[in-house]
Amino acid sequence: MSTAVNLLIFGLADGAILALAALGFVLIYKATAVINFAQGEFLLVGAYTFYTCFVIFQLPITVGILVGVVVAVLLGIVVERLILRPMIGQSHISIIMVTIGLSGLLNAIVQMFFGTGVRAQPAVLPSPPVSILGATIPGNRLLAILIAAIVLTVLTIFFQKSKHGIAMRSVADDEQAAMTVGISVRRVYAMSWALAAVSALIAGILLADITAVDLHIASFGLMVFPVVILGGLDSVPGTIIGGLTIGIVTQLVSGYLDPGLAEVIPYIILVLILLIRPYGIFGEKRIERV
Amino acid sequence: MSPQAAPAAEPASPAAGSPLLVLNNIEVIYDEVILVLRGLSLSVPEGKIVALLGSNGAGKSTTLKAVSGLLPSERGEISSGSVTFEGRDVTRMDAPDRVKNGMSLCMEGRHVFPHLTVADNLIAGAYTRRDKAEQIELVYEFFPKLADMRNRTAGYLSGGEQQMLAIGRALMAKPRLLMLDEPSLGLAPLLVTEIFGQIARLNAEIGLTVLVIEQNARRALEVAHHGYIMEQGRIVLEGSSTELQENPDVKEFYLGVGGEGGRKSYREVKHYKRRKRWL
Repeated sequence: MSTAVNLLIFGLADGAILALAALGFVLIYKATAVINFAQGEFLLVGAYTFYTCFVIFQLPITVGILVGVVVAVLLGIVVERLILRPMIGQSHISIIMVTIGLSGLLNAIVQMFFGTGVRAQPAVLPSPPVSILGATIPGNRLLAILIAAIVLTVLTIFFQKSKHGIAMRSVADDEQAAMTVGISVRRVYAMSWALAAVSALIAGILLADITAVDLHIASFGLMVFPVVILGGLDSVPGTIIGGLTIGIVTQLVSGYLDPGLAEVIPYIILVLILLIRPYGIFGEKRIERV
Repeated sequence: MSPQAAPAAEPASPAAGSPLLVLNNIEVIYDEVILVLRGLSLSVPEGKIVALLGSNGAGKSTTLKAVSGLLPSERGEISSGSVTFEGRDVTRMDAPDRVKNGMSLCMEGRHVFPHLTVADNLIAGAYTRRDKAEQIELVYEFFPKLADMRNRTAGYLSGGEQQMLAIGRALMAKPRLLMLDEPSLGLAPLLVTEIFGQIARLNAEIGLTVLVIEQNARRALEVAHHGYIMEQGRIVLEGSSTELQENPDVKEFYLGVGGEGGRKSYREVKHYKRRKRWL
């Protein structure tokens, strides 16, 4: 029993962080129809920016987060402005290749400055042991779940209710019609990239804190694909449920079956979902009326 | 009635009201080669409904896109001439700024945001404004049906309901000039009557200026004060709607109530138009 609770909480923590990373991916896809293969590197850049402020420059945590947000927003805007805007009108494959190139570039920049070794970072989240149903859980996992839940809720409400959230969904639906109501499509593009980078920053900091500051953070980002395919590429609630599912399943498989299998289980789910329900659990089938 | 064989240098100004919108001799080119508008001039007086009629491919939709600033998104541009709105040159202004200044376009084929609810579509329409609450009441007053279905997903509405939503969404920006591109497209006759009835009401009650494109010339001329007829990227006829309704050419080609011999074949029509120097 205690193992099960343990695995479940660890799975929820992983899943909540995955959902955050995937949410950025979904925001970009929804508003601009770009599949961003560099989402994992956005996590990486976020985590290392925070590490630089917090460990190298010894700044307080809040300052580190603020600097991280500024860097993330700038990264998002620069990527959109300099790399993706010139690609408007090009084929999807070309744009995907560009984001793959971007992931390599960002990864290389991080390696250039920080090398490939694991960096030591003092714990950001306090980690008192908490006992739940007979299992002893490190408190930082619970806090990570809480923080991810808050950020996800705020972003979901922003997306559903706020003026800019509605504008982003309008652009995703019909760009030209969005222009006729006065929405600046370029601004919406920039905003989606910036928001995606910020949610990746938070995911990156949380992940680095419960694991370690090294390059595996980027490969964790690769797991957004099983998450979004499971939840539906364009669904925010689907992303959250997809993230939690993948996180929990991976932990359970790793605990009860085989840690090696746990590495591939997300991708087995990905293939199965593509075969059975290609638009995901909550993905929108296109509404077509003639 | 003034048939214009060549583009007029001065835009014709219909009798009443000062012009809100003036298109002066504009040329529009797509992809830097395809010349679609060839020196088009027209003016829309404040507080009036003006109909722009013409056959397929005459350049009607392009005209509205030129006015609303959508050409750059379709690789088109105004290569000469000017568009002025309230006496201000807006030829090079981008689309969002035009909406902010009071020009709203309701695109052909409705183009509601299919995955958004009716209410969210309307909120999106008010993107440029702060006072959306009172405007949403106005829209619900003119289109009470929308109020009943505010939480429904727009993509699943019927064609008529989507058209009302599209007009309502354009109204949310509190426009001074509403441009409608084929509001009757694909709708049942009763619905067309209702839509045009609402357009006339908007004009009469809140003094909205309307520029409407229609294939359905008869319906459009019933509500319009003034009309222009386009062929091949130019204005070939203009006049008050009563003048146009009485005009034998208009009757023959656009209203389908021609004189002797019933309907003409395509070839005869083409020959006739060419003789009139419309083509």
